[in-house]
Amino acid sequence: MITRGFQGRRRGGAHESRLPPGQYDVGDGFPVLSAGPTPHTPLDRWDFTIEIGDQPAARWSWTEFQELPHEKISVDIHCVTKWSKFDTLWSGVSLDTLLGSAPAPMAAFVIAFCDGGYTTNLPLADASSGKAWVVDTYDGAPLRPEHGGPARLLVPHLYFWKSAKWIRGLRLLDHDEPGFWETLGYHNRGDPWLEQRYSGD
Amino acid sequence: MVGAALQRRLTWQLGRVIAHERETPKAWRISFAVDLGAWLAGQHVDVRLTAPDGYQAQRSYSIASAPEAETLDLVVERLEDGEVSPFLTDELRIDDQLELRGPIGGYFVWQATMAGPTQLIAGGSGLAPFLSMLDHHRAAGSDAPMRLLYSSRTRDEVIAAERLAEHRARGIGVEITLTREARDGWDGRVGRVDGPMLEATTFSAGERPLIFVCGPTAFVEKVAELAVAMGHAPNMIKTERFGG
Repeated sequence: MITRGFQGRRRGGAHESRLPPGQYDVGDGFPVLSAGPTPHTPLDRWDFTIEIGDQPAARWSWTEFQELPHEKISVDIHCVTKWSKFDTLWSGVSLDTLLGSAPAPMAAFVIAFCDGGYTTNLPLADASSGKAWVVDTYDGAPLRPEHGGPARLLVPHLYFWKSAKWIRGLRLLDHDEPGFWETLGYHNRGDPWLEQRYSGD
Repeated sequence: MVGAALQRRLTWQLGRVIAHERETPKAWRISFAVDLGAWLAGQHVDVRLTAPDGYQAQRSYSIASAPEAETLDLVVERLEDGEVSPFLTDELRIDDQLELRGPIGGYFVWQATMAGPTQLIAGGSGLAPFLSMLDHHRAAGSDAPMRLLYSSRTRDEVIAAERLAEHRARGIGVEITLTREARDGWDGRVGRVDGPMLEATTFSAGERPLIFVCGPTAFVEKVAELAVAMGHAPNMIKTERFGG
C-alpha cells in the first residue's frame, strides 16, 4: 500500500544492491543493542570452550586463543532492527579452525553461549565453511565491551543477533535448540535476504 | 509464558491515525486504530512506509499505550536527519493509514502478574515503553511497587508530564531529572543520572527489584553498569536502546 505523502530519500546510493529488504544504511554509526548489562570478564578468567553435547571437548585460554590463526574479515552486517552497516572490518578465528579441534560427526547444530547468559542457535552449515568467526578486534582495535568484547561471534550472512556478543563457547548438538531471541518471537534462522525477522516470516 | 503467543505469523496490518499530538518540541504521540491482537507492555511494532515507486522504509517503535487501551500509541521523536520520523511527525494526518506489524519482543516486558518491585529508568524518548507499563499497572490494579526515574534534557522535553503526574498522585514514585536546565520553579532533580542519584531515588539491591532501562546507548550502558555496581543482579536488569 502506498503511504500518502511518503517519498523516502535514501535509495539510489552506491550500496543499494547490498541492502537487504527493509534495511537502511546506518553510515558511520554503529548502534549497540543488548538485552542486559554489558559483562566485563577479565582476560585472565576468559576462556573459550567447545562442548559436544554437555561434555567439554576443547578449551583455549585468552593467550591460547590469541595464538590461533586469525583472519581479516571485511563484511556487511545487517541488524534485525533495520540498520545495515557496510564494509565492517574484523579479525578473528574461523569456526572451521575451532570446530576442527573437536570432531563431532553427529553434530548438525551449534549453540553459542555467552557471558550474561545469552544464547543463539545455528545449523552447523551456517557456522562452518568460512561463514563464521570468533572475532576479537573491530576496525583494527580490541573489540570494545559494548560491541561484544573481548570476543564475539561473527556470522555476517545472518541477522546480527546471531553474532552473539561476549561469546564463551560453542555447544555441538545433533538437534536444534532455539536460543534467547529465537524463543522470544524472532526467526529461527534469520536470513536478511529472505527477510526472516520474526517467527513465521 | 509469552512464547506460544509469539509463534503466530506477524502480518502487516493497516492502522488508521486517530490522534496526532505534539507532546514536546521534539516528540509526537500518534494513536492508531489497528488490530494487532493483544500486546504486552514494553513490546514494539514495526512501521512500514511505501513510496509511489515501491521504495519502502521500515522502523521499530515501542508501544506507548497499555494493553488495555483502545488505541495503539507511539511516541515518535523527530530526528533532524531522519528519513522516517520527520514523515511521521510532519506529514502524517488524522485518518491516514499506515502499515504496522507486531507486537514484537518478549523480553523487555512488564505484566501485572509480576508482583515484585519494579524500577523503570528512562532517558529521553526511552520513556515510551514505560508509559505502557505504568498505564498497564494502573489498569490492572497492580499492587507491585513501581518507580520511575526519568532523565530529560529540559523541562519542555518532558514527555507525558500530565500522565506522569497522575501516576505520581496514585503512589508511583516518579522522579524526573533535567540534565541541561535548572529553571526557577522546578522542584524535581537536576543533573545526569549517577550513583548517588540512583541510591536516592531507586529501589535498593536488597529489595531485589526488576529493573528496566531504556534510552540512548550511552545512557543505558552507564545506568546498567551503575546498577550492577550497586549490587543488583545482572539478570534482573533488562535493557532497551534507542538510536545510535
